Parts: sequence; C-alpha cells; structure tokens
Amino acid sequence: MNILVYINSSNHLAKSALEAVTYAKKIGGTITVVATGSVDDSTLATLGEYGAERVLVDRSVATEDSQQVTRMIAKAAESTGAELIIFSHDLVAKAVASRLSVRLKAGLISGAVDVPNTANGFTVKVNVFSGKAFGFVSVKSPKKIISLLPNSFQPEKTGSACPVEAFDGAAGTAAIKVVETKIPEGEIPLPEAELVVSAGRGLKGPENWGIVEDLAKALGAATACSRPVADIGWRPHHEHVGQTGVAIRPNLYIAAGISGAIQHLAGVNGSKVIVVINTDPEAPFFKAADYGVVGDVFEVLPKLTEAVKKFRSTPH
Amino acid sequence: MKILVCISKSPDTTSKIAFTDGNKQFDENGVQYIVNPYDEWYALVRGLELKETLGGNLTIITVGSAADEAIIRKALAIGADDAVRIDADPKDAYFTAVQIAEYAKTNGFDLILTGKETINYNGSQVAGMIAEAMDLPFVSLATKLDINGTTARMEQEIVGGVQVVEASLPLVVSCAKGMAEQRIPNMRGIMAARTKPLTVVAPAAVEDLTAYVEYGLPAAKSAVKMIDPNNMDELVALLHNEAKVI
Ligand SMILES: Cc1cc2nc3c(=O)[nH]c(=O)nc-3n(C[C@H](O)[C@H](O)[C@H](O)COP(=O)(O)OP(=O)(O)OC[C@H]3O[C@@H](n4cnc5c(N)ncnc54)[C@H](O)[C@@H]3O)c2cc1C
Repeated sequence: MNILVYINSSNHLAKSALEAVTYAKKIGGTITVVATGSVDDSTLATLGEYGAERVLVDRSVATEDSQQVTRMIAKAAESTGAELIIFSHDLVAKAVASRLSVRLKAGLISGAVDVPNTANGFTVKVNVFSGKAFGFVSVKSPKKIISLLPNSFQPEKTGSACPVEAFDGAAGTAAIKVVETKIPEGEIPLPEAELVVSAGRGLKGPENWGIVEDLAKALGAATACSRPVADIGWRPHHEHVGQTGVAIRPNLYIAAGISGAIQHLAGVNGSKVIVVINTDPEAPFFKAADYGVVGDVFEVLPKLTEAVKKFRSTPH
Repeated sequence: MKILVCISKSPDTTSKIAFTDGNKQFDENGVQYIVNPYDEWYALVRGLELKETLGGNLTIITVGSAADEAIIRKALAIGADDAVRIDADPKDAYFTAVQIAEYAKTNGFDLILTGKETINYNGSQVAGMIAEAMDLPFVSLATKLDINGTTARMEQEIVGGVQVVEASLPLVVSCAKGMAEQRIPNMRGIMAARTKPLTVVAPAAVEDLTAYVEYGLPAAKSAVKMIDPNNMDELVALLHNEAKVI
C-alpha cells in the first residue's frame, strides 16, 4: 500500500510527527512524507529513521491556509498513488483532513488510537464520547484518511535517513493571512506536555497558584485547570481542560483540588497515570485515579514539590 | 450580513454512555439530547452578537429527523431568526456536510459557523468538509471572531500561543471556547421560537463514506492506591519505579 503522511513542521519536528510516521510504518507499505513549514532538509531526512522512504517538502505553502495545504496534499497523493493519508490530529489536521476527505472522496477517521484492522474491510478504533467510550469506524471508499490521536504510539526508530526532495504542491494563492503571532516565553504548551499539573476551585483563589506553578516547574510540567477556574478568570482559558475545553493525554496528570466531575474527566481520562489530591475522600476523581492523596493542597503540594526536587537532584 | 450556524444534537454532558444491540448502537435509554455545547455556546451566540451589531439574519441548520426539533426550538429561543432542517439521518460527517453545503450554495451566506466538534463523535470534520464542498476558505477552532466590512479577523490557539488571522468573507469558521458566553433563553425568546419559521428540506442524493460498526467502554481502572499525605517521597518513588512517568 502507498501511504502518504502529512507533517507540519515549523521550527522543529514535533513528537506527534514522529508518531505519525511510526504509525504508518506499523501499518506497512511505501511511506512518503509530504511536509510544510520551516524545518531544514537534514532534520526532515531523519524521518527516514522512523520509516519514511522519502520526504517531499513545499515550504511556500502557508499552513494556516487549509485550502493551500489541501491542494498540495491532493497533488502529492496523486503523484505517489497514495491509498491512505495519515495526519496527526492537531490544529492543522483538523482544518485540512476534512477538506481533503471531500476533495478526494476519501473516508476520514479522526482520533484514531490503533492501527487499522483489515481482516474484514478496513476498520479503525477511535475515541468517541469525549473519551468516555471507543468506537470502530469502517471506511467504504477506496481512498482513506486517518487522523491519529497524539500520544497513542511512541516514536520508534527502525531505519536510517531518507532523501528529501523539493515539491511543487501547486497550492495556488492563500486566502488566510496571519497578521500576528503571540507566543509567551517559557511556558510549556499544554497539548504537547507529557506531564501536567492541574488545579481547581479547591485552590480558593488565583493568588494561590504559586504552589501549583512551583510543582509544575520542579517537574517540567505544563499547568491546566478546571472549567470554573477559567470561567471566573483565575486562569487563562487555554488552560481549561475537559469536555468543553482542551482534551489532553499526558503521561502524568496531577489534579489538585478538582472534584472530578464527569465533564472534567472527559478531557483527561486518556492520561496514562492520574494522581488526585483532595481533602474529600469521597471526591469522584479518586475513582478515576491511579494514586490518591487525601489531604489539603496547601500542605500536600509544597511537600510534593520538595520531594520532586529531592528526586531530581539525585541521579537515577 | 447573512449568517448560517450549523447545529447538531448531542447527549447531555452527564449522560451515562452505554451501548445496545451487541454494542452496535448507542443506548438512548434515559438520554436527554441537547444542542452540542460548542455549537450553542460559541457558534450560535457569537453569530447572534455579530448580527446584533452589524444587522442581518441568522439561520440555523441541522440534518436530522423531526425528533430533533426540540434542539431547533432551543436555538430559535436563544435568538436565531429562522431554521432549516434537512430531513435525513446524519449518516456520517461527509453526508451531513455535503447536505449542508448543497443548501448553503444556493442561499448566499456571508458567514457559516459551526462548533469545533461534537461532544459525542469529536471528529472536527463537518466544517472543513462544508468549506471544501463550497470552495471557501476555512478557519478552524477560532477563539475570537470579529468582522470589519468584508474582512474577518480571528484568533486561534496554536502550540504555545495565539495566532491572529484574517480572511475575506464568505468564510467558514469552527468555533471554540473564548468566542462568546453561554446565553440562557428567556421566556419571550421561548414564546417567539414557537412561531419562527422552520423549513424542512428534502435531502440531496449524497453517499456516506464511513460507518460506526461497533462501540465499547474503556476497561475499568484498577483500584486507586492511596498515599499518606505526609509521605510524598513515596508518591515520587511510585511515579518513578512503578508508573515510570517521571
Ligand atoms: C455542559 C457542561 C460542560 C462542562 N465542561 C467542563 C469542562 O470541560 N471541564 C471542567 O473542568 N468542568 C466542566 N464542567 C463543570 C463541571 O461539571 C464541574 O462543575 C467542574 O469541573 C468543577 O470544577 P472543580 O473541580 O474545580 O470545582 P468543585 O467541583 O467545586 O471542586 C473543588 C474540589 O476541591 C476540593 N477541595 C476544596 N478545598 C481543598 C483543599 N484545600 N485541598 C484539597 N482539595 C480541596 C473539594 O473537595 C472539591 O472536590 C461542565 C459542566 C457542564 C454542565
């Protein structure tokens, strides 16, 4: 099978890009990557280590313009005879995979968490109901598109660097123009974070977030919060996780002073390990936790921060 | 300014998720349907705010059966002027999007808004598909949207920050948190909704490309391990040695 993997790489190759190529390798076939963004050729060539046979790159395409990216991928799909196109389920994929589905009349599976089952047709496991359930989606069309949920597969090196070729995606003109980009310094972006420290109304007020940030800093974690905390303006909206906020799947999610309402759990239940700190032993969150601490966040968080610092300062 | 807001039904956020018919069907027993929160809180309310300042008309559209009229009336009660229901089972995102695009093509909308995804299928598919079927620009997961003449200015959350983009109308936008605040319909709105026009449109001939063949529930978590609040060294050791996450 000919597989095309789309990668959007501004500045560096995101882990999710390596995951997408690893995923294609696990499915098996001839893997071509088509890339946009500013990453240089020698970095793109390392995608060969994860299974790509060659990389096509068109740096003139504006990733914010879903029409341009769609036209480019459609052209690459045609020239490589791709039957399957793979995305990582990020902001660009959410705009482009759906367009491409219509353009190529290719059934789209978003939020895939496993490789396709081809024993009887073509069926892929996905997350549905905001992580409260999973589903198996079958695709009827000859061409197929999969948008892979990040952190479902870990990158695996199996080969060596591959050739990188300039590609003319014939993408036309851009209809969307970026007028400003604001990237605050020093923060770890939540959707990419492997470790997350999150806090809720149990923190009592925005002035108390220092103990949350101290723990996050000691761990090298991103910070998150429950919805009411963002709604009352204690924390910025982009930290709100849950069914109506960001859905995250870190390796570690530490929830301090969060009750664990069903809508909150929906955004974090894909986390590999959950630690809950709450004064109320009956808090529903404990049912979804791997490790629980019944205690006051104002005492437990500083102690945990100290323990993490001690751990980090000794070699392991 | 002619605005079209696409709404979908979704199970209430507290619904118990279960399946029947050999795990082939979502169990609707005792499930209350609501307007998908992203469609209602963000797309619809921001659409109404724009209409209120710029003038014009706001139409809501859904693909569904007569049973879905409760969510249509809710959206009308919040303030939409009129509604369209495409009378078909929304088989998959492709089918749904092409139906909406077919209707929208002949009705000259300046702005088409959707929520960023539904809370049941989480696909983030319909808006981009509508845009492609109509050959329109599309901005996904916008957290702010302002219109100045025929130019739309939007913000999107990108990895680690915010990106401000501009595009000319007509345009398709999917809406995420930050765009507007939830509006609770008042009595007058609810009364008015009863008499607002609802047009039922026969579906176009469109195929579907995907189907859910089975569902399942995640394996139950093993019992939580409780740690003494005075022994955070133990928690750190477990996270390192047992869970292997730090
Ligand atoms: C349609 C809908 C969508 C929603 N979407 C979301 C969503 O996306 N994300 C989300 O988070 N919520 C969402 N909610 C809200 C959700 O139902 C809860 O109300 C919310 O998650 C509660 O936030 P919380 O846990 O911070 O606050 P609370 O429920 O007030 O819980 C505070 C917790 O802190 C504990 N506590 C208090 N003091 C201390 C202390 N000193 N030390 C330790 N623990 C302490 C308490 O025991 C309690 O468990 C949604 C609701 C609806 C209706």
